[in-house]
Amino acid sequence: MCTLEKRGDLFLLTLTGDDEHRFHPDTISSVLSLLEQAKSQSTRGSVLITTAHGKFFSNGFDLAWAQAAGSQTGAVNRMHQMVESFKPVIGALFDLPMPTIAALNGHAAASGLMFALSHDYVFMRNDRGVLYMSEVDLGLPLPDYFAAMFAAKIGTSIARRELLLSGKKIKGEEAVALGIVDSAAHDSVEGVVDATVSLGQSLAAKKWNGEVYASIRKSLYPGLCAMLSLTAKIAASP
Amino acid sequence: MCTLEKRGQLFLLKLAGDGEHRLNPTLLDSITSAITQIRSDPSSSQSVLITTSDGKFFSNGYDLALADSDPSLRVVMDSKLRSLVADLISLPMPTIAAVTGHASAAGFVLAMSHDYVLMRRDRGFLYMSELDIELVIPPWFAAMIRMKIGSPAARRDVMLTAEKVTAERGLEMGIVDSSYGSAAETVEGAVKLGEELVRRGVDGHVYGGMREALLKQVLHTIGSNESVSNRMRNSGSKLYVLKNSVIGETVIKHLNKEQEGNAENFKFCTGYGGIGGILRYQLDMTAFDEDMDVYDDESD
Repeated sequence: MCTLEKRGDLFLLTLTGDDEHRFHPDTISSVLSLLEQAKSQSTRGSVLITTAHGKFFSNGFDLAWAQAAGSQTGAVNRMHQMVESFKPVIGALFDLPMPTIAALNGHAAASGLMFALSHDYVFMRNDRGVLYMSEVDLGLPLPDYFAAMFAAKIGTSIARRELLLSGKKIKGEEAVALGIVDSAAHDSVEGVVDATVSLGQSLAAKKWNGEVYASIRKSLYPGLCAMLSLTAKIAASP
Repeated sequence: MCTLEKRGQLFLLKLAGDGEHRLNPTLLDSITSAITQIRSDPSSSQSVLITTSDGKFFSNGYDLALADSDPSLRVVMDSKLRSLVADLISLPMPTIAAVTGHASAAGFVLAMSHDYVLMRRDRGFLYMSELDIELVIPPWFAAMIRMKIGSPAARRDVMLTAEKVTAERGLEMGIVDSSYGSAAETVEGAVKLGEELVRRGVDGHVYGGMREALLKQVLHTIGSNESVSNRMRNSGSKLYVLKNSVIGETVIKHLNKEQEGNAENFKFCTGYGGIGGILRYQLDMTAFDEDMDVYDDESD
């Protein structure tokens, strides 16, 4: 389902297998526990890179599992369960005491895109993969912390409208132009992973204090972090 | 410390001398008193302020060595800079930072507190150094960055990658308005811009009010002082935002219980001439803890 590897300073979190890497209660709790592991093993210079195998980075919540509940109420409850239990995953990424980089091997949709955007740097391919907020097409309302993420991470109202209201499937080049991702200059999975490893190594070389890094990250997104119940540990400056 | 010159309708405030212009209490007092002088000038509402510096540095931030030798000065420097920035935000005239040298951390924030940032491109950078020196960034610094830097990626580059931002990058990021080939050309550019703004004949009081409205979120965060809220609450100090409605000066002051009761303390606002401070409102810091919605930080 997912693995955590250490390569020197770099933690590599991989969503394994050739499936859609949908967020289901089991995946959610596995990812959460691996993030907690990375946090507990972090040292100065640690960096997290998250990627996945196959055609998808992640295609969002496991809607089939929700529908398998057998009733409308059951399905709604299961959706609600996934939305609520996913929040701590986002929180864990914002709280992680190290720089985080998402290497998008393929499509990132809905909560899968949220997962990607929770990283400090996002790289994607230019030849494959789209960013897509499927909610408007599926008729699903947007959880409050999803909306807050878009407000925090995507700078122009045009980009936010294209994603959230137009339901546009955005490819690499356009994603860079809209300021959603940092780079899409890669035309293979190996290309995007290599680029993130390279960035990871240059960030690791700074040997930053992870607690300070996480605190500064949280002060960069105060509204979203308040919603995730994260408080930056603030010591008076200078 | 700092010198103040008047050239026609332009006020030229210079952080003088070849040093790092570290924002220690003395320099902060010197700048504040220059601003007060500017405010009390009869033609101030048809003027423009240009802030610049001598030497290699615009300002290299707070005086950390001083803070190490006397930790109580951390709060003092933070408090004085908050006051100064609040004062700049309400200043009844356009403000231009002619960045002729490095501006780091609090020095970068001081530059950003101006309406226009002009910078030399041959040397020098803007730099939020905190991450590299293991300091957290105060929420009010982050609020200024969110206000003045539009793109999430650029904010991340400044705060979380601790990028040393050259004038060219600053232009790309929208932090810098225009760049020049040398320090002298930067000041010349500032003077030209200043003269153009004077020619437009805008009413400074209206201008200052508009700027306050635009930067309302930043002013709120400046006044809230969450970073030392625990210490303040324990020591019984409270934070007051005072505005002199005659000259429009805004000052933020910590007062403890004994000081509050003493009317003398409301005379500290320079320019009052002994009349005493006019209490605008007392900030209840617990309100800021409970209701983060007050900031509405995610709107742009």
